[in-house]
Amino acid sequence: MGSREDILRAIREASPPPAPLPDLNGRRGQKSGDLAAQFTLSVEEVGGRCVRTDEASLPEELRALAQSLEAKIIGSIVPQLPGIDLSAHVIPHTLAGVDLAVLPGELAVAENGAVWITEAGLKHRALFVLAQHLALVVPVSRLVNDMHEAYEKVRLPRPGYGCFVSGPSKTADIEQSLVIGAHGARSCTVFLVE
Amino acid sequence: MNEHAQNATVFLRDEARSAWHDNAVWWVRQKRDRAQHSVPEWEELRSLAQRIKAHALSRLADYLEEFERNARALGAHVHWARNADEHNRIVHGILRDHGVQRLVKSKSMLTEECHLNPYLIERGIEVVDTDLGERIVQLLREPPSHIVMPAIHLKKEDIGELFHVQLGTPKGVSDPKALTEAARHHLRSKFLAAQAGLTGVNFAIAETGGLVVCTNEGNADLGVALPPLHIACMGVEKIVPRQQDLGVFLRLLARSATGQSITTYSAHFHGPRPGGELHIVIVDHGRSKLLARSEFRRSLSCIRCGACLNTCPVYRRSGGHSYGVTVPGPIGSVLAPSIDAEKHAALPFASSLCGSCTDVCPVRIDLHHQLLAWRGEIAAQGLLPPDKSIGARVGRIVLSHTWLYRMVGSLARFALRVLPRGILYSRLNAWGLSRELPVPPAKSFRAQWRARGKP
Repeated sequence: MGSREDILRAIREASPPPAPLPDLNGRRGQKSGDLAAQFTLSVEEVGGRCVRTDEASLPEELRALAQSLEAKIIGSIVPQLPGIDLSAHVIPHTLAGVDLAVLPGELAVAENGAVWITEAGLKHRALFVLAQHLALVVPVSRLVNDMHEAYEKVRLPRPGYGCFVSGPSKTADIEQSLVIGAHGARSCTVFLVE
Repeated sequence: MNEHAQNATVFLRDEARSAWHDNAVWWVRQKRDRAQHSVPEWEELRSLAQRIKAHALSRLADYLEEFERNARALGAHVHWARNADEHNRIVHGILRDHGVQRLVKSKSMLTEECHLNPYLIERGIEVVDTDLGERIVQLLREPPSHIVMPAIHLKKEDIGELFHVQLGTPKGVSDPKALTEAARHHLRSKFLAAQAGLTGVNFAIAETGGLVVCTNEGNADLGVALPPLHIACMGVEKIVPRQQDLGVFLRLLARSATGQSITTYSAHFHGPRPGGELHIVIVDHGRSKLLARSEFRRSLSCIRCGACLNTCPVYRRSGGHSYGVTVPGPIGSVLAPSIDAEKHAALPFASSLCGSCTDVCPVRIDLHHQLLAWRGEIAAQGLLPPDKSIGARVGRIVLSHTWLYRMVGSLARFALRVLPRGILYSRLNAWGLSRELPVPPAKSFRAQWRARGKP
């Protein structure tokens, strides 16, 4: 424990004078008039696609997506599009062949197209980065304006994993050319459900 | 001539390439500007970020203890390292205890700073950087030249040739899409074979004991979702007090870095995966010393967005490698001398003091003031090279004696008129090496003022 004590002591001795912590309660960014429209625009800007739909049409929309992607192996925890038996996979590595992952989103952020997902109900969270394509299903009632509101509403799983996912995996590491599909999903479709 | 200037001279020899680098980096700065203008409350966000960081630094030890307590309650192991060497030993110890031979890493400037990769490789562990840019420079055996875009100094043809040799892509292929696809396949096999994943940390939340890691590629998420062992390395300054503070920082980070509204993946880790282990290594490595220095401690607020690099006229024209440190650019030139002032004495001079870095910094670090303060500090420690120290001494004498100032002025006007170019633009005049000197006026300003009948 020597290092711990040394570091904490050095930091305490070096402490700057007190500085107040700003109050962030109720803080919001600039309001969007139509959250769903802004969210759709934001998802497109980050290279994803947003589909506005309702409960009744969702199964059909999901099937249509799977078909258009020619997805044979589907890993899903959204009941409207059942997939392979995920519980049969003891280790995450065997999910490497999944074509399409379908997950519920708990929140959708209008300012940047991000969707909050967690590992709840998911045995292997690797699924959503391993799958070639990603579909996220979020009720339109779970739209928030910006990240301030998102962090006010989101319940971080403790212990657990949660992630704001905004569009498909991408890189611009070669000459600043944007390439979609770095390590994770090659496409990201968000279903905003009425 | 100092080391940075020497390296920059070499970089600038290839004019077409250095102009291309300048433009490539400036383009990112312009994307940042567009992102900034889409957020009307931008300046307010910067002020909030600055104040949150100032507060966190004022109570850093308390917050670190709170973070440690909460992280432990979630099942994480927390380690403390005074310096780079201790950090490397701890990480190696964890890997050794778990019998790990294959490690995948996402981007971590801290581990670059500690030179963790060579340390582990020497001890027989395969270390694979999984960020595409980092993998490229790793295969080239080069350090990153930028903290956000590690391979920004390379052209696609360079990378095409590298991948041809190392990954077996067809010769002559330099399309970024094809090269990225090849890297995806190559790195997938590394991810699937890895026995442990190591990540950096963008933010550590004191009140929850959680870690936030931001990437665009998804390599951090994938790297720690497959193997059961996750090691996260963080500097002590990464602490934010509350969950809601992230709302401020995540709105600023990606917009400042690349002009995106948010990174593709903003992962929040609280404790280990079921059945797995999470080890958090908290590193000081000079940070507590920096905290003790009131004039420089604000540099600890840095969130490593790279905006000050992208805007810096010196960085853009000299390239990241010319700095010879892990973090180049204005922020690196402030941080490096705090670790070793003698070794990095040239870096605070690698700036025009134009202040653009300060203007773009999302946490309002007064970078150009700190660069100037470091110059004073370096002079006071007697670390100035002779050309600078003699020049400064002569300047002080001339500027503090009116008669001498006048005399030198008329001498200079005379000399500029009569001396041949061969002497004026010789090696003796560093200022003339790449500049045309001004045409001297016939009379001094003072004389002209008098002639107009002014007192």
